[in-house]
Amino acid sequence: MRPHHIAAYAVVALALPSSFVSTAAQIGVPQSPDIDITDVNVLPLQGKVTLLVGPGGLESTSANVIMQSSDDAVVLVDTGRGDKTDRYIAAIQRISRKPIRFIINTQAAVDHTGGNEALARSGRPFGGRAAGAGFLLPDQTSGATIIAHESVLKALSAPARQPPVAFAAWPSETYFTDDHELFNGEAIQIFHAAGITDGDSIVFFRRSDVISTGDIFSTLTYPRIDARAGGTIAGEIAALNQILDLAVPREKQEGGTYIVPGHGRVADEADVVEYRDMIVIIRDRVQDLIKNGRSLAQIKAAKVSFDYDRRYSASDWTGDQFVESVFATLTPSPQRAQSPATNGGQRGSPAR
Amino acid sequence: MRTTTWSRLTATVLGILLLLTGRLASAQMDLSGQWANRLHEDQPWRGPGQEIGEFQGLPINAEARMKAESWTASIYTIPERQCIPFAADMGYTIGNMRIWEEKDAASQEVIAWHQHNEWQAQERTIWMDGRPHPPEWAPHTWQGFSTGEWDGNTLIVTTTHLKMAYLERNGIPRSDQATLVERYMRHGTYLTIMQAVYDPVYTTEPFVRTRGFVWAPNQELNAYPCRPTVEIARPKHEVPHVLPGVNPHLDAAAVRFKVPTIALPGGAETMYPEFQLKLTKP
Repeated sequence: MRPHHIAAYAVVALALPSSFVSTAAQIGVPQSPDIDITDVNVLPLQGKVTLLVGPGGLESTSANVIMQSSDDAVVLVDTGRGDKTDRYIAAIQRISRKPIRFIINTQAAVDHTGGNEALARSGRPFGGRAAGAGFLLPDQTSGATIIAHESVLKALSAPARQPPVAFAAWPSETYFTDDHELFNGEAIQIFHAAGITDGDSIVFFRRSDVISTGDIFSTLTYPRIDARAGGTIAGEIAALNQILDLAVPREKQEGGTYIVPGHGRVADEADVVEYRDMIVIIRDRVQDLIKNGRSLAQIKAAKVSFDYDRRYSASDWTGDQFVESVFATLTPSPQRAQSPATNGGQRGSPAR
Repeated sequence: MRTTTWSRLTATVLGILLLLTGRLASAQMDLSGQWANRLHEDQPWRGPGQEIGEFQGLPINAEARMKAESWTASIYTIPERQCIPFAADMGYTIGNMRIWEEKDAASQEVIAWHQHNEWQAQERTIWMDGRPHPPEWAPHTWQGFSTGEWDGNTLIVTTTHLKMAYLERNGIPRSDQATLVERYMRHGTYLTIMQAVYDPVYTTEPFVRTRGFVWAPNQELNAYPCRPTVEIARPKHEVPHVLPGVNPHLDAAAVRFKVPTIALPGGAETMYPEFQLKLTKP
């Protein structure tokens, strides 16, 4: 018992509401009147990079969109779900009048690629034609170049994909190696990572010192590992460690490299460390129970993610679903078959 | 003339009253200066620290308990965590501090209070100019984003955008969803700061503590440089933790200090005097 603690509680009880209120909104923290949560919101990060948050704020069903601009062009990372693309274009044009010339998709899921067609068509590819020149290369009507790992192209162009994705929304420049690069006023490195799918990309704006992680990292939910799309828990942890290797914090281990998740708030190395640690801890718990011969049902009953569920379990991707996905990629095929599909066989983030 | 003299006297008195009233309304209390921490309150918890598994008197939930029981101090040895300072709600555990004001040159209104804590060189800014808190998608920091307003002579500070940290040093978590409400109360040369942590993830009731300081005009604060390095040879990216059910240290407080085992798991119930009745039951 801590007497001082009780005494202090008695004092605060005089000053604070009698019932326990918990959130900032309930406590009455003043919010900015300039923010319209129903619109696309803009947050300048650092260097040449700006975050575009979809309608709904952190509740948005669109992934975060990153905008990077130079004297030549605008580069986007991901394009949202595809609704309100006019609002995204308006927000981009308020910051830069340069055309969107490159779009990078971090993965194939619709919340990351849904705006590909509209946003690409609003831009144009790098290159052009001087007055009087006799040829046109490349085709200026084709819109911005869409870059992604080749697995994203395979997923978006798959005949079985429902609904089908328009050709104009497919990646027009793919890579199959460990990395790919681009220059737009600064070096932009694209690293392949097989985290939640086998075709994830991590995008690093070197001079601006900003990393876009796609859904490898989220401040809202557990990683939506899609085993049928090649995602694994080992790959997810390796991808998070890859992000940590790229990031360099300022003193006190905060700030420095900013890290933008696929969904959620802007973060830095310390936030990814916390997330990586959580994933490793839950993986270790599942692995330990598997070694002791426990079934998936028994592992779920053991509530191995309980201490994180209130923070990261979402209605469409619960702690149990995450544990199932971990189990699925830690066990041999016969056991894996017992694990339900996370996404109905569709590649990319399930249930988004 | 008598009437004129009376009017002048009345005007003078009214003027003085207005000045005093205005002064009270705008100045409230000067917090600036050097402040020396007084560590006698909660000394065993602020000095040697709690034992692992010692959660009595804390309004934590089962999730917090599970996370803390998986915690090991070895986590501090990984390079990514070596230079992490105490967050705002732990910042006054130890260390002296300096407080200074930032004023608008034209209006002489206080824009912000700044604080520098010697221990881990934590720096806080408390904005007093009525600005809103950042949007929910903005970054979180160890010290969070703070705004303040006066309630009489008490400065009430509200802090959001905190990073995930600890409520206490034995691994009890405090989430990044928490809001911290503080009351700064100065009585002459004494400064008391009362903190209430509202965490919807890991507590069931506000967690409250107070910290005391004494004015120390001759005090100088040292720098606190920190650069991480590899301290232990281990596989890169290893995450130290303890699997559920095998932590051998959870009864350390019961063994060393005879803390009743019924109290060790903590929870809001253990904060209140009525809990003592449970301890006396056979």
